[in-house]
Parts: sequence; C-alpha cells; structure tokens
Amino acid sequence: MTELGIPALRSGTEDVPTTDLKQTGKDFTSDQEVRWCPGCGDYAVLKAVQSFLPDLGLRRENIVFVSGIGCSSRFPYYLDTYGMHSIHGRAPTIATGIATAREDLSVWVVTGDGDALSIGGNHLIHTLRRNVNMTILLFNNRIYGLTKGQYSPTSETGKVTKSTPMGSLDHPFNPVSLALGAEATFVARTIDSDRKHLTGVLAAAAAHRGTSLVEIYQNCPIFNDGAFDAIKNPDTKADALIPLVHGEPVTFGARDDEGRGDKALVRDEQTGGVKIVATADVDASDIVVHDAHNDDPTMAFAISRLTDAGYLNTSPIGIFRQVERSTYDDAAREQVAVAKNGDAADRAARLTALIGGGDTWTVL
Amino acid sequence: MTHTAKQVKQLDRVIIRFAGDSGDGMQLTGDRFTQETAAFGNDLVTLPNFPAEIRAPQGTLPGVSSFQVHFADHDILTAGDAPDVLVAMNPAALRANLGDLPKGATIIVDTHDFTARNLTKAGYSENPLDGDTLAEYALHTVDLTGMTVEAVKEFGLSRKDASRAKNMFALGLLSWMYGRPTESTHAFLAKRFAKVPDIRDANIAAFKAGWNFGETTETFIVRYEIKPAPMAPGTYRNITGNLALSYGLIAGGVQSGLSVFLGSYPITPASDILHELSKHKGFGVTTFQAEDEIAGVGAAIGASFAGQLGVTSTSGPGVALKSEAVGLAVMTELPLIVVDVQRGGPSTGLPTKTEQADLLQAMFGRNGEAPVPIVAPQSPGDCFDAAVEAVRIAITYRTPVMILSDGYLANGSEPWRIPILDELPAIDPHFATEKNYGSGDGAEFWPYLRDDATLARPWAIPGTPGLEHRIGGLEKGDGHGNISYDPANHDFMVRTRQAKVDRIADSLPPLEVDDPDGEAKVLVLGWGSTYGPIGAGVRRVRKAGYRVAQAHLRHLNPFPNDLGDILRRYDKVLVPEMNLGQLSLLLRGKYLVDVVGYNEVRGLPLKAAVLADVIGGLVAEAEGIEVDLTTKESSDD
Ligand code: SF4
Repeated sequence: MTELGIPALRSGTEDVPTTDLKQTGKDFTSDQEVRWCPGCGDYAVLKAVQSFLPDLGLRRENIVFVSGIGCSSRFPYYLDTYGMHSIHGRAPTIATGIATAREDLSVWVVTGDGDALSIGGNHLIHTLRRNVNMTILLFNNRIYGLTKGQYSPTSETGKVTKSTPMGSLDHPFNPVSLALGAEATFVARTIDSDRKHLTGVLAAAAAHRGTSLVEIYQNCPIFNDGAFDAIKNPDTKADALIPLVHGEPVTFGARDDEGRGDKALVRDEQTGGVKIVATADVDASDIVVHDAHNDDPTMAFAISRLTDAGYLNTSPIGIFRQVERSTYDDAAREQVAVAKNGDAADRAARLTALIGGGDTWTVL
Repeated sequence: MTHTAKQVKQLDRVIIRFAGDSGDGMQLTGDRFTQETAAFGNDLVTLPNFPAEIRAPQGTLPGVSSFQVHFADHDILTAGDAPDVLVAMNPAALRANLGDLPKGATIIVDTHDFTARNLTKAGYSENPLDGDTLAEYALHTVDLTGMTVEAVKEFGLSRKDASRAKNMFALGLLSWMYGRPTESTHAFLAKRFAKVPDIRDANIAAFKAGWNFGETTETFIVRYEIKPAPMAPGTYRNITGNLALSYGLIAGGVQSGLSVFLGSYPITPASDILHELSKHKGFGVTTFQAEDEIAGVGAAIGASFAGQLGVTSTSGPGVALKSEAVGLAVMTELPLIVVDVQRGGPSTGLPTKTEQADLLQAMFGRNGEAPVPIVAPQSPGDCFDAAVEAVRIAITYRTPVMILSDGYLANGSEPWRIPILDELPAIDPHFATEKNYGSGDGAEFWPYLRDDATLARPWAIPGTPGLEHRIGGLEKGDGHGNISYDPANHDFMVRTRQAKVDRIADSLPPLEVDDPDGEAKVLVLGWGSTYGPIGAGVRRVRKAGYRVAQAHLRHLNPFPNDLGDILRRYDKVLVPEMNLGQLSLLLRGKYLVDVVGYNEVRGLPLKAAVLADVIGGLVAEAEGIEVDLTTKESSDD
C-alpha cells in the first residue's frame, strides 16, 4: 500500500534493471544551469523529481525523460538520465516508440497544458487509450509561458492576455476529465508546492503499469501569477482542496478530531453526479467512499467535474483512477515474441526463405 | 479434349489490358495472368489502374478499373504505350479505354452488360457493338457472363454469385489464347476460396470453361505464342514495388542486426507496406498503426533513439505532416527511414495515380537548413535494393533518409531475380559503449563528437551506463551537444550537417552512363520510375540508327560526385519527369547546366513513343541532322 491508499499492481518498472548503489538526488542532477524564471513552480517539481528518483532504485541509464516544447519541457536537460527534448506536442509519440522498443526502460514524459492539450491533444488521448507504459507529468500553469503569455486550453474563459485583449472565448479543458474520457488507466492531480503529496503521486504513477497521467498544478509567477492561490493559501486551501484517498470517505474543509472534514461528497440524485454538502447534514453512510480501482470511470469523472473551470476555488486532488489493463507495449512485444517463437532458424536463413517464397522459376 | 485446328502465330510481345467495373475483379484477373506469364518465363511489366473510390457507382466511367500487362520474348522496360488487346467487361470499360487502342487492336467484349441502362450509364446513346464504329478493330463479342453462369450452374449459386466468376472465364480464355500455364491459377483459387467450396469450385469451373471455349469456338481461330525471354541465370519471382520495398526494409534490419520499427498511418498507395511488414513480426519487426502521420514518425524516432531501426511509410500528404519531425531527426542525428510512395498532388490530388512531384518536398520541405539524403528506386524489383541502400545510409551516417517510390512502382510488377543475401552490404550500427572525451575520472561522453570519415555522431542507446545524455531540437554545441545559442557554433553546425550529407557521395559508385560508342551528343537523365519509359524511348532512337546516352539517378541527395562532369560532357541533357521540372531545377542550380525538361503530370507513366520523339528532336538539333524514327522493326519497349 502506498501512502495514498493504492495497493501496487504489476509494477510499471518491473522489467527495468535495478541497482544496489546508493543514489541521491545529486546523481540525477545534470551539469546544466537551470533557466526558469525565479519563483517558477517548475523548480519545485524538478527538485521533487530529482529527490524522488533514487527511491525507485533503478539504474540511471535505464531512465528516459522525453519532453515537448514549453517552459516545463526543458526538464530533461536538468536530469542526468537519457533524455530527449523533442517537438511541440509530440513527446507522447516518441515515448511510445521508446517504450514499445524497450521493456527495460522507465519512460517519462514532461509536458505542459499547451503542449499536451492543444497542439498535442490527439497524441495524449491516443496514448492514454492504448495504455503505453509511461508516466506523463502534465505541468498545468493555465497559460502559455514560453511564448510570453497567451491563454492556453486550460485558461478560464474571458482571460485577458496578449492575444485576447477583450477576453478569451474558449471554454477550457479539464485535463482529468479529458483523461478519464480517453479511458486512461491512471489519472492523478497534484500541486507543485506540496512536495509530500507530489512525491506520493509520483511513486504511485511510476509503480502503475500503463500510461499514468499526472496533472501538476504549477504556478507561473510571470504570466499567470496567483492562478492557484485559493488552493495554496493556508487560510483557504482546506475549503478549496478535496483530497482523494482510496478507500476513504471524501470529506474536506475544517477537520474534526477524527480527521473528518466539515464538507463531504454525496451522490447527487438530480444530476447523477456528486455534490458537496455539509458533513453534519448527511448520514455518514451516504458519503462517497473513494474507489480508484473501480473499473467504471463514472464516479471518478463525476468527482473530476467539481474542479472549477474558472478561477480555481475548488479542486479535487489525488489519484482519481488506477485500474489494471493490458498495456500496448507489453502486448506488442508479446506478438513479436509469439511470431519469433515459431521460427527457430536464424534471421538470414528465414529472410532467404521469405524473399524466395511464392511462385518462382529458375533460369540456368 | 478435342482440338479444333487452330492457327498458331508467333509474336515477340503483346500488351493486354483487362478492364471492367471496380467490382469485377480486374486487378485479380490481371494479377493471375501476370503470375502465369511470369511462370512461363516471359519478361513482363504491369500497370494496374484503379479508381480512388472503393466502389465507384457501378457501370460508370469513374468506376472503371483496369490492369495492363506487357509481356515479351525479350527484355522489356515498360507496361507498353498502347494495348494490342482490350478485354472490356461492360460498356463503361470499353468507352474508357477505347481511346488508348491503336487501329487493328483486338477487343473482346462481354456483351452481357450492354443493356440500354448500362449503355446510358457509360454515356453511349447507341450500342457501339452495332453499326460500324468499331470497324477498325478486331472485335469479338462474347456473352462471357452468360456462359459463366451456364458453366457453374451445377454448384447451385445465386445468379449474382455465379456471374461473379466471369472474370475467371475471361482469364481462362486469354490463358488459352496465349498458351499460359494454368497450374498456379488452379492452386491459387483452391487456396483463396478454401473456406467456401462452392465459390472455389465455381471459379475453377469458370476458368476451365473459358479455356475450353477458346479451344472449341469458331470465334477465335488463332492462338499466339510468345517464347520465354532469355534472362540472366538466377531464381526469379514476380514482385510489386511495395512488396520489394517491404522485403528490403526487413533485409536492412537483418543486415544491421537491428529490429525494424514501423510507425505508420494508412494512406494510399503506401498502406501495403504497413500490411506487409505487420506479417513479419517473426523478424523482430514491430508495426505501430499510429493515430496520425506525425505520431507514426514520432514513434519511429523514439524507436531509433532506443536502438531500433525506425521507419515510417506514407505518401506525399503524409510527408507534409511529418516534416517537423523529420527536422528533429536531422537535428538529433538519428537514423530514420521515411518512405514516400508518391501520388498525384497537390493536397489529396490523385491518390491512386502516379507522380514524381515530391522531390523538392523531400529535398527542402522542412524549416531551416535540414538536408536529408534521398534515394529512389527505378523499377518494382529495385525497390528492394533502394530500401537496403537507404538503411545503409541512415545507420552509417545517423540521418533520416527519404525513399521516393511512386504509385506506379508500388503496384506495378516485374520479374525479379531473387538476391543472394551474401551480396548485400553488411551494415554496422556501431553503438557507442565508451566515454569518448577526456580520460580517467574526468572522462565524459560527448554525443556530438564526430567520426572523421563520415562525420557521423555516436549513437549511444539508453541502457548504456555512463553515456547518459540529452538530445533535442534546439541547436547543439559542437562536440558536447549541450544547448548552444552561439552564432559561430550555429553557423558551424549548419555547415557540418550539410557536409555530413554531402560526404555520403564519397561512398557511392560512379554513375553508370549507357553510351554504347561514347559518341552521343545527347544524354537522357532520369530518376525513379521513369527508368522504363526512358530506356524504351532510348532503344527506339538507337534502333532507328541514332546515338543517345542514358543515365539514371539512384541518389538524388547527394548527387554522385561525377554527375557534374557527366552533364558537361554532352551537348544536350534531357530530363524527363512526371512533374514540372523538379530534378531539372536542382541540376541547373547545382551545376549551371542548361538541361532540357520533358514534363508530364497525367497520373500515368510516360510513354516510350513520346519520349523517343522528344529525344529524336534533340538529337537532330545537337547533331544538325534529320531524324526519322520510323523503322520497320517492332519496337522493344
Ligand atoms: S514563464 Fe512562467 S512557466 Fe515559464 S519559466 Fe517563467 S515562470 Fe516558469
């Protein structure tokens, strides 16, 4: 059982060689100077990842980070593993090739809201449905940082930016809802500034076999400062964050002695979804008990809908869903293995037989 | 079986075109006739031609599908300009193809579908079989469908199913007429319809009935004999370009010891490469049908980074979508094969027709200075060698390589001498395993420290301890490979990437020029699938007694080192292409030689007779003589 209440299934890193050498965060730190703006949320995530990676106990050379384009996509340069900083939106495709080619690699994708949900939206949903064994860290700052401040597919409607002086017109994506709709097998949300929660989610994501999508709320102090203030401010966050723990009733707000919050989630008969009520007003048995392993994603989706589409005053965090489903890369390798099995002869001899097959004739 | 006395006539070559509705099975009929012809030992070239729609409205001109096969007792180069024989299964097939027939050609028509309704659909106001509009042809009207239904009635099929065997009746008739061996078709039908015995037996019965009809009827009094063609010793099979290309990619994997990873999105006319490779997982081939063209190439790049041979197959529209990713492969200097089976463009263009108009896209269709080597096959069988060569270049030089095939090569076929694997080049991926910069404790791995001879960078794959490194699309510092915005470094790296591609030319053999007595003043230079028609055009001109030289480019980027000298040796250089002059533009730009283009974009192969005239005109100009190409001998294309 991990801290977040998720029992480990077949591990995502099962075929990756491990090491007995003691590793520290420093071993995973490259010699490149980190170049994000001061105060950027990316620093906290980088530090968390660097200090988390040794926990996996994997050989460093068997870890690969792939990124797209955007501020967060510089991530691989700062980690002393194998890495590729690729092109805008396409990191999941490259990671799919890597993960399918090699079962002995731990594959990570670092992407942002523009990279993953706008230009790369198609690849994201298809990677999720295929369930290729990789962990996708989606840094959601709800803005385009690298191109200097245009609205993104997660920005709230009406956002005034350089490209939308009269306010943006688009309705935003909720990345967790989108991932659940795409039949993702692991969907979680965490926050750049909560190292403990972030690390717990990372551990569960790495342990999951299949595509793990981790949305990380990440503050961009330059172009979208304060986007997450309500969920980070010590005075408001208890009422803003709805923590999800597998097997536990979902409550939040001011906690009583038993740790139960004064607000709770119950089923909403009217909408078929869930709603927030005062804990005191309902029977304890009516409170939704979080079940991340439910094969049916309906409840997880309903919970994801509690996220504000506008300014973020309410947001569930934690692991929404973790279910077991065969992975694309395992299945693809299995087909190759099965096909190879029948053919004992060496490849050259078999190739000679193949190209010499069909109707042939010989000229002397 | 009783033989009516039939006349036997010797021919040196025949061009037959089977034409019918796209639901009539003409591709299958043509393919079987081709296999029989290959087994007989004639040289042959085929030209399938079919609509982009799966089933265009029945009986209409757009719905006509045809298959042309040219076979001979000598070595031939093209599918032939004009058919000697047309088999037309309905009025639309007759109408759509009549214009291509020379006077005196034989036409065999299935009369069954010549109803008022079908005639109208095909745009005929009167039945062309009545009256004398076809008087200039040797017309044979036969109720193929009616006889087929009669021949298969014992199997109790519905009338519709029974009449569907008419293509086999037609095949049987033509097989008789040209003395084709029939065993392979029997075996084929038995296997293809093994699960539906009635249909299997009906098709075999129709095929035999067609043969017997030829033998007994008074309608056909002549049989033809085309002797086997002398061919170089070896074992042969008939092969299409897409199949040969697929085999070449597998061979590239075997020769390099790498697993092939194909990332691809279905697109005409390249999909058969995806289909074929997906059958050969036993060779360690992984095929990934991606969500789009970009994901196909992205996954291939990922596989290459991980140490496999990344391949992506597509046609022109797909190349357009992949271009940013190909640029990434240029920058990261990873091996990658991009197969472009060209079709008519721009945009969706003519999906099932052939064209060579992606050369400049392959050459320049990326942002920045992004040189990509280009190789082109010249015939269906040659697609095998072109693929192996592309793999050699990609792995040796750590670079994406573009293979420019086209729709004609992809679906056309020819006898192919099965290569001996020992004769293929060994390809060494030469993975990096050691640090390569500095020594002792300070030793480092520099991913952009190059090989002196090839300028290739080391290929260190994940899992190799101590060689952890990051690559990407941002400009790399020379040697160490860290991000660099330094102006001088960028200038150096741009030039180095170009120099690396240019250096491939040092590994190429001299360009072969076919100039029999070395006296020709005109050179015809081509690339890709125009090899056949150009060769045939050149033969016609030579046969008429004139001199002309021919050369054909396998490598479009870089060009062979001696190409400039060769171009300058001739007074006139003719460059025929199925585009508006793309190779011409490159040659003029690079060598300042005023080449003459001959350009057609009709979605069809160039015609030998037309090229012969163009060449003749240039010879006349260059040598200041009159050129008369009429010869009494039959032509050899
Ligand atoms: S622009 Fe925003 S997201 Fe980008 S580095 Fe600066 S603070 Fe971070």
